[in-house]
Amino acid sequence: MRASAENMRQPGLTSGFEFTLSGTELCALGAGALWWAKQKTLVVSDLHLGKSERLSRRNGLSLPPYETRDTLDRLHALITDLRPRCVICLGDTFDDDLAARNLPATDKSCLQEMMHGLRWIWIQGNHDPAPPFVGGEAMAVFHAPPLTFRHIALPEAIGEVSGHYHPKASLRGQYRPAFLLDRNRLILPAFGTYTGGLRCTDPVLATLMEQDALAILTGATPLRRPMHR
Amino acid sequence: MESLPPQILRWFSDRGWSPHPHQMEMLARRNAPATLLIAPTGGGKTMAGFLPTLAELAEGAHEGLHTLYVSPLKALAADIKRNLAQPVAEMGLPIRIEDRTGDTSATRKRRQRADPPHILLTTPESLALLISYENADHIFRGLQRVIVDEVHALAESKRGDQLMLALSRLQALCPRLRRIGLSATVDDPDALARRLAPHPDPCPILQADPGPPPDISMLDTSAAPPWAGGGAAHAIPAVLDQLRQHKTTLIFHNTRAQAEIFFHNLWLANEDALPIAIHHGSLDRLQRERVEAAMVRGELRAVVCTGSLDLGIDWGDVDLVIQIGAPKNVKRLVQRIGRANHRYNAPSKALLVPANRFEVVECLAALEAARDGALDGDPLPPGPRDVLCQHILITACAGPFSPDALYGEITTAGAYCDLPRAEFDACLEFCATGGYALRVYDQWQRLLQRPDGCWQLRDPRAATRIRMNLGTIQDTDTLKVRLKRSRGGKPLGEIEEGFAATLSPGDTFLIGGRIVRFEGLREMTVEVTRNAARKPKIATFTGTKFATSTQLSARILTILNQQSWPELPAHTADWLRLQTQVSQMPRPGRLLVESFPHEGRDYTCVYGFAGRNAQQTLGLLLTKRMEDLGLAPLGFVATDYATLIWGMEPTTDPKALLSLTTLRTGLDGWLAENAVMKRAFRTVATIAGLIERNSPGQRKSGRQASFSSDILYDTLRKYDPDHLLLRITREEALRGLVDFARIEEMMARVGDRLDHCRLDKISPLAAPLLLEVGKVPIKGTGIERLMAREAETLMQAAGLASLTE
Repeated sequence: MRASAENMRQPGLTSGFEFTLSGTELCALGAGALWWAKQKTLVVSDLHLGKSERLSRRNGLSLPPYETRDTLDRLHALITDLRPRCVICLGDTFDDDLAARNLPATDKSCLQEMMHGLRWIWIQGNHDPAPPFVGGEAMAVFHAPPLTFRHIALPEAIGEVSGHYHPKASLRGQYRPAFLLDRNRLILPAFGTYTGGLRCTDPVLATLMEQDALAILTGATPLRRPMHR
Repeated sequence: MESLPPQILRWFSDRGWSPHPHQMEMLARRNAPATLLIAPTGGGKTMAGFLPTLAELAEGAHEGLHTLYVSPLKALAADIKRNLAQPVAEMGLPIRIEDRTGDTSATRKRRQRADPPHILLTTPESLALLISYENADHIFRGLQRVIVDEVHALAESKRGDQLMLALSRLQALCPRLRRIGLSATVDDPDALARRLAPHPDPCPILQADPGPPPDISMLDTSAAPPWAGGGAAHAIPAVLDQLRQHKTTLIFHNTRAQAEIFFHNLWLANEDALPIAIHHGSLDRLQRERVEAAMVRGELRAVVCTGSLDLGIDWGDVDLVIQIGAPKNVKRLVQRIGRANHRYNAPSKALLVPANRFEVVECLAALEAARDGALDGDPLPPGPRDVLCQHILITACAGPFSPDALYGEITTAGAYCDLPRAEFDACLEFCATGGYALRVYDQWQRLLQRPDGCWQLRDPRAATRIRMNLGTIQDTDTLKVRLKRSRGGKPLGEIEEGFAATLSPGDTFLIGGRIVRFEGLREMTVEVTRNAARKPKIATFTGTKFATSTQLSARILTILNQQSWPELPAHTADWLRLQTQVSQMPRPGRLLVESFPHEGRDYTCVYGFAGRNAQQTLGLLLTKRMEDLGLAPLGFVATDYATLIWGMEPTTDPKALLSLTTLRTGLDGWLAENAVMKRAFRTVATIAGLIERNSPGQRKSGRQASFSSDILYDTLRKYDPDHLLLRITREEALRGLVDFARIEEMMARVGDRLDHCRLDKISPLAAPLLLEVGKVPIKGTGIERLMAREAETLMQAAGLASLTE
């Protein structure tokens, strides 16, 4: 892990915090996505598309049905800005399999337009085990040495990029979604609009991450802090 | 007396008692469709309410539920049960009395639904639950009377609106239902009566003899009160003296934090080891019940308390009420004083203790108002529509309903009598589909309309979820506080999540009168250890903050403008005199603005006398405007009478800042982003049924599954800005915490009559504001900078900064 404050990019949509993981230079974007400039690869996690649909189907709650559009709009803005060759979604892209199938036509075509001409990799999550039927490649793990991309972190892994936990961290009492970084792994915050966060002090995360791990808070300018303090 | 059945008559005469005149009058009016009884505490109000019921049930011919008693407090329902069951047993009446609250066991509740008692004592929430059952008509068959206790307190909250909607349902089930409201002294009995009776029926008011006027004065303390703050530590010796001289004293505070601090200080000074306890809403229920029980047994000499003791539980021999801090509202003061001395014909005795210099003036104003019987009150707002949405869902749980019939029913509730049909339909639409501009998931809508026009739940299983989320009481997100390593041990109480988030391990704070040390968060519990420190590091967690009422503010202005102040202690009179010499007094019908430099900053003080909430809003609006004008405001602080702003540049033209149009334009933009709005939205969305507080099988491993209602608010604002819930949220925020009405009232009062005083140093009236807590920093790029600075400090401290280069 090597990260320095001088490597902060300009504030704004794609402001980021640059660091290395297993010798690979990466950038944690304030917008909550990971940018691997050398491979022109954009990584996002836990989009939870179709959450309001699932909640109304399952619980009869009618949450504002705009989160899919909002999530896709933000992803689209990043793609337009960074022009990646490849996009990796680290799982829990859809809130469940039915939510994927019930995706409104406008959202589906918006997604397909975005995917056009890009390599698109769907990592399977615990919410959406079946591959989505909008194209792209579906897999449980994606190896791009020295990095490995999967949904849920494995304790013994090295050079691993994962999601699942929706980590958040605080500064001055304010919580924000956060990346968690140590010498072995990076855990991404959830990118979906309707997602909550798990405090990075939660025992699950605290035991997974090394003692000198960093939390990188998302926001106009990403801010890093020691994760365990 | 002839209309009293012999058993009851004998019971009175055996004790050498005779019923109070208002009790007999209630009996005489037993057939009136609605009656509001206004009587002081200790005036036999409860017996007056129940006497017609006891008379009607004396023959033993009635089957099933006869009288429903609704009170705002579970404890009150239990208390009444005790106080009613005893005379009923002594009279030998064949009456079954039971209570039903959130604490009643499920088995017992099931039995009550199958076989209701004659008299059921309950709360608005438990009643709402009862009418949500499919067999509600069976439960309430034969119901004759409903008694609403403490109706003055209920009418001021959404709980009262929910109750009145439930009564409209009951009235439809039992058209002969007669209503009795029991109330303490209020400013506008007619308005209260209109809320009680089914609209448009009249509601006669019966006013019991109010008893002798109370004996109220300001406590004489040898030490002068401090310039600012609310601790009232200076009064501790004088208060202890009073405790020694009285049998039982209630010591009221305006906030829980103040109660905690005062109790702590009182305990440290309590050399005689008088038995003193503390009681407020953040304490654990068991702990509160222990205090209540000790109080009933007469074991306590004093209870330090907040509004949690405002309502009429009979505590026995309270012979003194002490109010710490200015009462902010004369009506509340009078009602609190009514808690002392339950002997009907003796005057209640009360002492006011101003916590700071300005409150001396406030207390004087309150004393005068109480002596004049000038109670203050704001007109009751129209019925809130989030509560209506919940009522529609409750109705749907009971079975299919006709929208026309339901609209007819709800408009008999006074608060909703003017609700346009279109607004009702919008609420129904929200309940059915969410009411969004974008219609995508209509196949999953919550309510379906049948071919006959009636609405019903799409999935009947949804009823369980709706019932689990009934009610309008909002626990602001609170976390339980427990002693570490006592898992399963009883919690000490609760603190707000926002407060918990500011704690770092090692911080000490007060709860339940003792100092504890914050150790950490474990799941959703705050773990603490006992701490022997004499001073807590962090003293406050937020509690209700009342704003000084409009009427009281006007009286204060009048007092300030006297030529001299013979009725004020010298320390306060001298201070006011200095203000007239150095600057000038704020005058009625004019707005005083002072500008002065102080310690390298430029200050502006606006004496609006609009109450804490409105002065706070004024501070936010003015600083926003000042930022736009490049005056670089850095922060502000607000009290009930003024807002003090500091920044890098002096204000030269306050008139330009303080135009109503400017303020109103600023309000729209500012409000939308404000935390107050987000908090109001969470309340509205929860009551209306968009967000669930509880769900079946809740017990998530982590919290990542739930997300903040702020996200819903932001999403709606972006994609559906005219949504029903946003409209309700705006109305509520403007009325409540934002209190823009008071700013408008202030602007109307002062017009363009502005007095701008430019001083070369801080003025006597402004100086205490600098010492106030609750300073609001102006956010913007500033907070980002502060966060970045803290991140650097943490990185340095952890030794990570060098390691990562």
